[in-house]
Amino acid sequence: MAKPVSLKAEFVKGLWNENPVMASLLGLCPTLAVTNAAVNGLAMGLATTFVLLTSTLMISTMRNLVPHQVRIAGYIVIIATFVTVADRFLAAFFPEISATLGPYIPLIVVNCLILGRQEAFSSRNPVGRSLVDSLGMGLGFIMVLIVLGSIREILGSGSIFGVTVLGDWFSPWMVMILPPGAFLTLGILIALVNWINSRRIAA
Amino acid sequence: MKNLSLSTRMILVLTLITIMSGAILAGWDLYTKPKVEYHREQALQAAIADVLPPYDHYDVLNTEQGYLYVGKEKDSTASVGLAFMAIGSGFQGEVRIMVGYDPDKRQLTGIKVLEQIETPGLGTKIVTDPSNKNDPLWWSAQFEGVAVEPEIVVIKNAKPVNDYEIQGITGATISSKAVVRIINDRLDVVQDLINQAGGHK
Repeated sequence: MAKPVSLKAEFVKGLWNENPVMASLLGLCPTLAVTNAAVNGLAMGLATTFVLLTSTLMISTMRNLVPHQVRIAGYIVIIATFVTVADRFLAAFFPEISATLGPYIPLIVVNCLILGRQEAFSSRNPVGRSLVDSLGMGLGFIMVLIVLGSIREILGSGSIFGVTVLGDWFSPWMVMILPPGAFLTLGILIALVNWINSRRIAA
Repeated sequence: MKNLSLSTRMILVLTLITIMSGAILAGWDLYTKPKVEYHREQALQAAIADVLPPYDHYDVLNTEQGYLYVGKEKDSTASVGLAFMAIGSGFQGEVRIMVGYDPDKRQLTGIKVLEQIETPGLGTKIVTDPSNKNDPLWWSAQFEGVAVEPEIVVIKNAKPVNDYEIQGITGATISSKAVVRIINDRLDVVQDLINQAGGHK
């Protein structure tokens, strides 16, 4: 915390250099489980970002109040509250998405990405700075989920966001919308990101 | 705050957090509950309309074996069939199916799978089959007019010959059989109810 970091840097780091999925490999369960279509990735990303921002707001505000010994218990209650809010929101306004994502929305509560940011950042930084950090991390998470979901949907169903893009000649790769497709796509994406990074360092 | 003992501070802070959490959830529930129930009701009505032949309105019978929905003609005497929920385990988890049944003809009038978590791309063909572009609903459509006696049977790799047979889904035999088993089990219970009532109302 010694040297000051610009707010812009706090925001941008979540998009690439410290991207929660690509660099820290956090939040992999939802990343792998729900990205069989682009729209599911987007919904999961938005719900997670909402929970991340609201929990950050509360935890960062209370950071000097919460005794160290009970901080995790406190964080979990706060995170679980906002997860329930997000779950009910989807059920009330987007019943179809709620039905598709099923148990994965309640499971946001155990997404390491959220608890990780509270522990590593929001509990030690002022509210504004913490919110900027969470927003960057959340957008980085949404980005990866949409990319993963799009790749898997195009190859696995021949469509993107439900719109058919590949014609009748294309026979869908079933494996892409099954769990192995998630691991394959994520592995290739992470390799690609590392390759780009190593070339940037070399240059 | 700082001069309180640690345990007092722990109790105070956790109490404060849980009270806030309770307040947020109670308020939010008050706001969203009617909407969630509205969607659930809409989904139920749409499912009943899907599985029964056209009807004017339906009566809800609350039996000890669960709800029965009886589709009625305009004059409320003749029934077009009855719909009920059949719930059981599929390949990976619970499957909930709305079933339409004509007790006079002893055949189904249609089914609709409302909830399932079968394998995407294989077991999910019990709902829609994107690989069959002309008729993605072909699988559940087979249940319209299928005979329930002696019982509905899944056959593999062949076209159905008898009127109680359903063609299974290639690569999702377990899911196909599970749906049929869930429906058969529930039909037994419903048929008992009908027999007890002395023919259907």
